[in-house]
Amino acid sequence: MATNPMHQFEVHRIGPSLSINGIDLSFTNSSLFMLISSVLIIIFFIAGTRKVNIVPGKIQLLNELVFNFISKMINETVGPNARPYFPFILTIFLFILTLNMIGLLPYAFTVTSQIIITFFLAIVIFIGVTIVGFAKNGIGFLKIFAPSGVPIFLFPIIVAIEIISFLSRPVSLSVRLFANMLAGHTMLKVFGGFVVSLGIIGGWLPLSFSVALTALEILVAFLQAYVFAVLSCIYLNDALNMHH
Amino acid sequence: MELDAAKMIGAGLAAIALAGVGIGMGTIFGNYLSAAIRNPSAAQKQFPTLLLGFALTEAIGLFALVIALLILFAF
Repeated sequence: MATNPMHQFEVHRIGPSLSINGIDLSFTNSSLFMLISSVLIIIFFIAGTRKVNIVPGKIQLLNELVFNFISKMINETVGPNARPYFPFILTIFLFILTLNMIGLLPYAFTVTSQIIITFFLAIVIFIGVTIVGFAKNGIGFLKIFAPSGVPIFLFPIIVAIEIISFLSRPVSLSVRLFANMLAGHTMLKVFGGFVVSLGIIGGWLPLSFSVALTALEILVAFLQAYVFAVLSCIYLNDALNMHH
Repeated sequence: MELDAAKMIGAGLAAIALAGVGIGMGTIFGNYLSAAIRNPSAAQKQFPTLLLGFALTEAIGLFALVIALLILFAF
């Protein structure tokens, strides 16, 4: 069973079974790793800001690096009026980044390889952005479906396409993160299986592949968290700065 | 039995999407390289954009993987 590459994605219960009205609310390994990642982020920021100096120490420097990185990204993609949404984007980025990175450790569970987790994150962003758009622009937010300068006979088709592409945003956002994590971890496990089956004579070749793939997966883990944050910012930009 | 065979063929066909991803990857990195050789001083600044394009294109290939897995295991 341990050689099955899909075995690592199984959610199982830790501790007592708990269910309310038929909904399973037990503590699983998925919840455990989400808890670990949240605690890690909190410890990271508390350790950095406990003694704040003008000349930053090591951990404070790391804190400022992460903070400035996201701050710059938001300024470039949305502009200065996205300042109130900065904490949300930073939280989303750090949460996904730590979950992806923890998932790369052996015997760890990758929470972001569960479609329901990523879909929930994406649908929260989607609904939030829609609410922000209607709150800022009123009924004028519907102009997002009608780009200007379209010939009149193309208008119905363009509107239909725009509505479909708007509604498919949460799906593509969630499936992108989920598929990257699923494919990467399955690939690592498959190459690990090759090492075992080829033994000591031929096993070094898949082993070196495995090392290179781990480096690629660390890049992908970071990139997907970044892409998720950037795309949230781009959607936010559509809602905040309407100028079609 | 025929359904199993059809599933295998369908999952294999879903991998054709990788051709498009290959073209996309080649376009992204080729264009970045040619632009970087023309103007090396601007290359470093566009590197995050390159990685963003890489990640977005790679995801398209993984959508094909999801389709293949759905065909194999979900039906």
